[in-house]
Amino acid sequence: MKEKLIVIGNGMSGLRTIEDLFDIKKDKYDITIFGEEPHYNYNRIMLSYLLSGEKTFEDTIINDKSWYIENNITLFKGDKIISINKDKKVVTSQNGKELSYDKLLIASGSTSFIPKTKGSELLNVIGFRKKSNSDTILKIISKDKAAIVVGGGLLGLEAAYGIAKHGVKTILVHRSESIMSQQLDSCAGELLQKKLESCGIEFKLNTKIEKISGNKIVENVSFTDGTSIEANIVVFATGIIPNTSLAKNSGIEVNKGIIVNDFLQTSNKDIFAIGECAEHKGNTYGLVAPLYEQAKFCAQKLAGIENSGYKGSILSTRLKISGIDLFSAGNYLGNNNCEELILIDKQMGIYKKLVIYKDKIIGIVLYGETSDASWYLKLFKEETDISDLRSKILFGKLDLDKNTQTGNNIDLISDSEEICGCNGINKGVIVSAIKEKGLKTLNEVKNCTKAGASCGSCLDLVQQILQNTLGDNYQSDISEGICPCCEVSHKKIKECIKNNDFTNVYDVFEKLSWSNKDGCIKCRPAINYYLLVKYNDDKYKNDKRSLLINDRVFANIQKDGTYSVVPRIWGGVTSPRELKAMADIAVKYNVPTVKFTGGQRLDMLGVKKEQLSPMWKDLNDAGFVSGQAYAKGLRTVKTCVGNVWCRFGTQDAMQTGIDIEKFTWGSWTPHKFKVGVSGCPRNCAESTIKDIGVIAVDSGWEIHIAGNGGIKVRVTDFLCKVKNNEELYLYIKAIMQFYREDAYYLERTAHWIERVGLEYIKNILLNTKGNVIFYAKRFEESQKHAQIDPWKESRKNGFTKEFSPIVLDIKDSPSFEAL
Amino acid sequence: MKTWIKIINQEEIPIMGSRVLEYKNQEIAIFKNRENKIFAINNICPHKSGKLSEGLVHENFITCPLHSWDINLSTGQVLNEDVTCSNIYEIKLENNIIYIKL
Repeated sequence: MKEKLIVIGNGMSGLRTIEDLFDIKKDKYDITIFGEEPHYNYNRIMLSYLLSGEKTFEDTIINDKSWYIENNITLFKGDKIISINKDKKVVTSQNGKELSYDKLLIASGSTSFIPKTKGSELLNVIGFRKKSNSDTILKIISKDKAAIVVGGGLLGLEAAYGIAKHGVKTILVHRSESIMSQQLDSCAGELLQKKLESCGIEFKLNTKIEKISGNKIVENVSFTDGTSIEANIVVFATGIIPNTSLAKNSGIEVNKGIIVNDFLQTSNKDIFAIGECAEHKGNTYGLVAPLYEQAKFCAQKLAGIENSGYKGSILSTRLKISGIDLFSAGNYLGNNNCEELILIDKQMGIYKKLVIYKDKIIGIVLYGETSDASWYLKLFKEETDISDLRSKILFGKLDLDKNTQTGNNIDLISDSEEICGCNGINKGVIVSAIKEKGLKTLNEVKNCTKAGASCGSCLDLVQQILQNTLGDNYQSDISEGICPCCEVSHKKIKECIKNNDFTNVYDVFEKLSWSNKDGCIKCRPAINYYLLVKYNDDKYKNDKRSLLINDRVFANIQKDGTYSVVPRIWGGVTSPRELKAMADIAVKYNVPTVKFTGGQRLDMLGVKKEQLSPMWKDLNDAGFVSGQAYAKGLRTVKTCVGNVWCRFGTQDAMQTGIDIEKFTWGSWTPHKFKVGVSGCPRNCAESTIKDIGVIAVDSGWEIHIAGNGGIKVRVTDFLCKVKNNEELYLYIKAIMQFYREDAYYLERTAHWIERVGLEYIKNILLNTKGNVIFYAKRFEESQKHAQIDPWKESRKNGFTKEFSPIVLDIKDSPSFEAL
Repeated sequence: MKTWIKIINQEEIPIMGSRVLEYKNQEIAIFKNRENKIFAINNICPHKSGKLSEGLVHENFITCPLHSWDINLSTGQVLNEDVTCSNIYEIKLENNIIYIKL
């Protein structure tokens, strides 16, 4: 029989405790949660975004309905515990439920503190704490009445910003002379105030409300500075009061908050309290980070694991207003014994201050530039001696890394800092996965933690973490297989395919001792490509089932499961007739978005899969072929207008581009392939970030290769100069063919050249006699069988039939009794 | 009560490919692997709702086209995760016709 755990409060701190508990022990307790608000657990910190309309309520849900169901948690929303009988270990709710518990967790949070003010009993005088407050504000504010926010702290500023965002006259009243005086010094406060004024907030500092007047509801507000204004709402953000009355009435020790020990236990050891309602060593906390710290210790205790106990938290603050970066922590004011390091740039709105005592950081204020906040906070928490860093510390960690040239300061990153932004993985998760699961290679880390598995831009960091965590046990990944299915490199696979004959990918898997029969999304498309390049389309049938979705259905999948359709526009040159035909088709199929691509074509987005085939037919009938915007193959040839129109142009860039596209389209390459043709060195076609960039000079063409405009921009390398178009086309064919045969699958020309070097490519192509013609001929041969429009072909051979869904007609379908 | 409902001749499902079945505003993906085994699963990846029907089949798994999560077609479980899963449906074959239990 499991023990029973009842949680009072369905908010962030209670639920975080449960989540932490599940991480340690899943099945120890039968859990029941009571929440006063009629919602699932939402992120209270996001209320300000809800108010400003920058997020929906759904965005703020942390644990949705399915989470409670999956974890077998009984949730009573909109019900409140009204008494605790700690002798009988029973709680009673407002709706009359009586439940017994073995352990009880009070996470009842706090309520807004509304100071005694004349007229504060009127309707529409509210706090800013709950979703219902935000709803009320949004319902009441109107453009012809002012809204008053009282309190220039974090919450007050966020509330005021949220209201001002709706174009409502917003007045913020604050009793002292500088805003956020609990967290900021006056200099940062001033910068912040200026910024917020530009967002439409009016400030009344050193001011209080004298009186709120009106007939039942707020109509007018007068201030201690003698002014008054017509207003219809007053929002108080003047602090919080821990919800303690339930505990107090039940005989649990209470001071400001419910008194807890280092294990978050109250005066009754089976009753825990956490979050804003709890008081630890005389401190109550109203920010989320300390509550999460408490949750960890509380969860361990609930799980029966001994721990060192909670020691209190260092408070740090971030303001959650879009476009304003602000961070503060610790003793931000300092005193006579402290030193201050300050960097100030009023023009740029940047202010950084570190308060130093005995060579250690004891306070931080950052405004306008907060990217180093977690680094400073780590130095602060760990009491690091910063005397060696002090001349550079304000310029940030990045600058420091650059100067020390170690390039390996991953150790300076704290465990809680995010490494992989795509998957939200922080350093601690990666390190513990490496340690606990014995991960040895980058691939294993990627598969296990998902860090680096999406855009890949953090892989260098992940690699460093792996290296530092394993220490001497680290072996570089160079010799490992191309995916978890095998232990062979691209090089070995290519050699094997070169020296043996295969008819399909599966035979290659068998020959090279794959660990499974079917491979995976990494190896299958790669092997399929290598076979295709060896045999060309006439002797090897490109295996659709080994291609990923876009290559398989000749369109680009979008996040909602619809597709985008891009017809080829040769050299980016079109005509009124073509545009009209495309417009008619876009209208006919009700295409929701039509957008120009970066490659000088038109992208029709939001096309349903079953619409693809008829749409392609119409496009084919109008003379279009697939633009292969999905392909690991030739994408676009971007051109400028060249000497046909441009007064600077020296060559006919448009026609040259069209010619190039006509002889290269349909070709398969290891990764996507883009060409640019510029009619003069001004380079309007941006040829220097293309796989092949052609730039006209008076005496002919310059050929540049291996540029890239993606995640990491790489400018092309100059390969050679040619005299005329005939020679140009020959070289382009040769370069493309050599790349196709030499590079690894999914290696863009930029990565390829970084691996093999420009000299290697020059040696093969330019310095070995006859090679340009040799490779160009091989390219021409392969193109004979490759230049088939996939749209037309797939309609003809019946492939597009599978694009349509099977629709069940229940009436006509004979059904059988369940067996 | 659940009943067996006739869908389609099994030859209409491509080997290592899929078809989508529309049923009461819901999509169910029908897959066939290289051993001609047929599977039916909710056409929604439990991660970010990718259409599993558009993924890559390997053995008893489908890799989602959006973020490459691997989902076990016979259990609906996500590989390397033990929390989330997709709903799967019972399938049977009679005279080359596929039936699904709904």
